[in-house]
Amino acid sequence: MDKVMQISVFSENKPGKIEKITRIFDQEGINILASSITSTNGFGIIKLLVDKCELAHEKLKQNGFTVTLNEVLAIEMKDSPGGLYEVAHILSQRGINIENAYVYVAKARGRAFLLVEVKDIEKAKELLAKENLSFLTYEEFK
Amino acid sequence: MSNPESIKSIAYWQKHEETIDRTALESFQKELLTDTLRRVYKNVPFYRLRFDRAGLDPENIKNLHDIRKLPFTTNDDLRLNYPFGLLAIPKDSIIRVHTSSGTTGKPKAIFFSKKDIERAADLIARCLVMTGTGAGDVLQNMMTYGLFTGALMMHYGAENVGALVVPAGPGNTERQILLMRDFGTTVFHITPSYALYLASVFHESGIDPRKDLSLKRAYMGAEPYSEETQKKIEQLIGIDVYNSYGLTEMNGPGVAFECLFKNGMHLWEDHFLMEIINPETGKVLTDGQEGELVLTSLRREAMPLIRYRTRDITKILTGACACGRTHRRISRILGRSDDMFIVRGVNIFPQQIEHVLMGMKGVAQNYQIILDSYDDITVNVEIVRDLFDGNIEHLMNLRAEITDKVRAAILVKPKVELHEPGTLPISEGKAKRVIDNRTI
Repeated sequence: MDKVMQISVFSENKPGKIEKITRIFDQEGINILASSITSTNGFGIIKLLVDKCELAHEKLKQNGFTVTLNEVLAIEMKDSPGGLYEVAHILSQRGINIENAYVYVAKARGRAFLLVEVKDIEKAKELLAKENLSFLTYEEFK
Repeated sequence: MSNPESIKSIAYWQKHEETIDRTALESFQKELLTDTLRRVYKNVPFYRLRFDRAGLDPENIKNLHDIRKLPFTTNDDLRLNYPFGLLAIPKDSIIRVHTSSGTTGKPKAIFFSKKDIERAADLIARCLVMTGTGAGDVLQNMMTYGLFTGALMMHYGAENVGALVVPAGPGNTERQILLMRDFGTTVFHITPSYALYLASVFHESGIDPRKDLSLKRAYMGAEPYSEETQKKIEQLIGIDVYNSYGLTEMNGPGVAFECLFKNGMHLWEDHFLMEIINPETGKVLTDGQEGELVLTSLRREAMPLIRYRTRDITKILTGACACGRTHRRISRILGRSDDMFIVRGVNIFPQQIEHVLMGMKGVAQNYQIILDSYDDITVNVEIVRDLFDGNIEHLMNLRAEITDKVRAAILVKPKVELHEPGTLPISEGKAKRVIDNRTI
């Protein structure tokens, strides 16, 4: 299983944050594959799945962003009714709690992935190893 | 950081004056006070009128308490007599003017004779020798040179003790670091807000001051700051920080200073007579009680001030100090009676909030207090970049923790906002921590 890393960016409740991030990505030729925004009263966190995560992390850091890289589970699901249910069912059966999740649809609706953040990723991987699941690899980005 | 156990040699600049026994000190003070009162009575109409009204005869001072018969000298008195009204010597004999920033209306002008400057430099020299600075040290002076006394008086004192002075002034942090490298700076003189900023620049440019620089100690003053801030700076930069207290009206820095034991600041009582008063009633308080510091200059020639209200809140610490100096100590400045603000009827000093923030993990150096109404207080806090892990729950917990701790300290629940490091306004001089947007 490839380690799939996501970028998390701290964001105050102020306009212009996403604009600045995307301007840097544009300059560096970094492609956003999927994203999610979690926010609470006053501040939020922008989560991004990108094709060049190390470069994105480095460039955002250089530009003064408060940013971190962390691993997510990227579980393939059928891009058809019941696809998400199947994956969610397995996770719940294994007692894996979803902290945060969003979806990446690759290759123009060819394949879909559920990006899942969990507390203990190593344990979750172990629990899911026996399941008949396939995971995202970096090959998909090409 | 210096461990008092390991302090072997205690050095003095003016040993006799610094270690004089209390009885001799007090009789010396009485002599100096009589002389000062005599001089202002003779030469300053403003004081003559006041003494006459109070029925005080400068020729007949029985003890130091007699001074309590006189009213206080205030900021307003200095402004009303601006510029030359409080001069006690002929204009021809003054060689320097400094001004103290007035945020409203006229500034205050403070004059110095040649002797006044020499004495101010001597007091600074006492402070420097007391904390281990001397020949061989390189002192980078990062205070503002100019109308403000902070930099110049330190400059003279440092030259007196034989240190090499780098008169850098504040700002241009990249160049400051270059100077530190090139000249092997061992000591620097700085405001606490600029020191915090400097520490963050070290961190961000990958400089480890412990390895890359030769810094040993810093003198920090001109703004009140908490013990937590002092410790934080010591730990971030790997130096000893000594607290410095002064005000332009009383020479500038070096009125009171921490010794190696860092247990309060010795106030040079052979130059200043101190009282602590209740700022609301004017009643003189006893040692150990918190109140406003009132100072009478005992040796200034050009412009002696009698019972000058400093607006600074502190208390007198009693008991002998292991360094052997007999001059009583004052606690760090707990706030300025001017800085105090009221929210929901509660008196709050910004330092109470700073005290909480600087003691917390996850909170960076910079903060700001915003007052938009008489019921609400907003505290803007910068988070620590390295501790960010992308988990929103951790940030929410941090915010809740700050809210609880600040509420426990000030008794009002604040609204806490988390900000990215480097986004709150930085300051390379005196920090503006409280933004009061309220109108009556």
